[in-house]
Amino acid sequence: MASYSTNEFKGGLKVMLDGDPCSIVENELVKPGKGQAFSRVKLRNLITGRVWERTFKSGDSLEAADVLDLDMEYLYNDGEMWHFMKTDGSFEQYAVDKRGLGDTEKWLKEQVAYTVTLWNDNPISVTPPNFIELAVTETDPGVKGDTAQGGSKPAKLSSGAVVRVPLFINEGEVLKVDTRSGEYVSRA
Amino acid sequence: MDDWQPSARIETLRARARLLARVRAFFATREVLEVETPVLGHGGSTDVHLAALSLTATTGAGHERLWLQTSPEFAMKRLLAAGSGPIFQLARCFRDGEVGPRHNLEFTMLEWYRPGLALAELIDESVALVRELLPEAGPRRLRRYRELFREQLQVDPFTTPLESLRRLAGEHGGLDMNDADRDGCLDLLMGLVIEPTLGREGIDVVIDYPASQAALARHHRDSEGERVAARFELYVAGLELANGYDELTDAAEQARRFAADNARRRELGKPEVDVDARLLAALEAGMPAGSGVALGIDRLLQLALGKARVEEVMAFASPRC
Repeated sequence: MASYSTNEFKGGLKVMLDGDPCSIVENELVKPGKGQAFSRVKLRNLITGRVWERTFKSGDSLEAADVLDLDMEYLYNDGEMWHFMKTDGSFEQYAVDKRGLGDTEKWLKEQVAYTVTLWNDNPISVTPPNFIELAVTETDPGVKGDTAQGGSKPAKLSSGAVVRVPLFINEGEVLKVDTRSGEYVSRA
Repeated sequence: MDDWQPSARIETLRARARLLARVRAFFATREVLEVETPVLGHGGSTDVHLAALSLTATTGAGHERLWLQTSPEFAMKRLLAAGSGPIFQLARCFRDGEVGPRHNLEFTMLEWYRPGLALAELIDESVALVRELLPEAGPRRLRRYRELFREQLQVDPFTTPLESLRRLAGEHGGLDMNDADRDGCLDLLMGLVIEPTLGREGIDVVIDYPASQAALARHHRDSEGERVAARFELYVAGLELANGYDELTDAAEQARRFAADNARRRELGKPEVDVDARLLAALEAGMPAGSGVALGIDRLLQLALGKARVEEVMAFASPRC
């Protein structure tokens, strides 16, 4: 596998650190006055999601991580694993465990495309699309006449997520939701 | 593609222009002459920790390798040797690989030289300039390099055994420092532990650097009799703003340091840099004793305008060049 030297470090680069695949978040040069340069690097551990901060001597290198982000459609859950299929026409399927799925579990909807991150061809994480359309399965009855103004109430969506919605929303309506913030955007 | 846009707001560029005008006014009232010297030179900086860029140009002498300056120091010293008297320059400098929130591949350096001025007087003038542009900067404190290490890390940069420094640097950096030399360990501790604390309650001026970190400064004895570099660095809000020297005027010593730098470069597998023979000739002819200082204008502007990233004070930072 190739390796990357500190001067090639940049945001998004996938490298191995302490046996785990990581994505570089930021690389800051630390250079006291006339002295030697060091790289202060923030890396996101792609398995745990934790951000590490490490220092490297200028010219040190890290092994590249065999990490790929692929678009895959969610198919079904067999009670233990969640199954996804590549959208490139190959029909190739991958099974993701609960740990790999993480918080994305509450945003799952069949036939929607997710970004599945593979490390050495094993799925390690799943990222939902930024916006997703989901139906309301449970919420208090809508308040007539209340439009954009006013308060909010919790609504449970078909995927299991609970979001704050305006008072006028009713069960059965399909909503557009921002999966990054978990916020209601609009009626779909 | 929307990165054709400037990396700084237009109003920031207006503030930048006003700040540069005040710098020029500061030196005009002190009768320091503004000069402009070439960005390209036949010699470059041999400094082991700087990476000078070079290019091939077609000149009257054919194809020549020329170096982009990492600071305007060499040409300005030749002016001093030619009898210019006090001079300043707002110079564009280039340092390969220096990128990040506080670094850009090319940047503006304010450099000025004061023949006949002692280092302590140049510190006063540097602080006066910083206060002119950062009125809120607060009181000035002189901090000895050695004291900073003693206070903050409970080690002595000059006498603590190298093994202990390696262990300490390794712990703070979370990396293997077992093959690092003394300066490497000190640089890491300075950069990661001490620097971020400097200039938090005013203007901190660090003095009495290890003799091995003299670069182009003279050596002298500190109050404890240790041989140290006659050099200072000025910090505000954790940012290194300026670096000043009691300038080395000894041509033979300068030639030795250039050669030592290139020898060290060979050891480290770094490219050698052509030595500026004309600077050596100028020192041989005689440069008046005095002090000089380089100040990063972009960082000063960052502080004056409260910008977290250096690209926010440059029209087009390197990623958009």
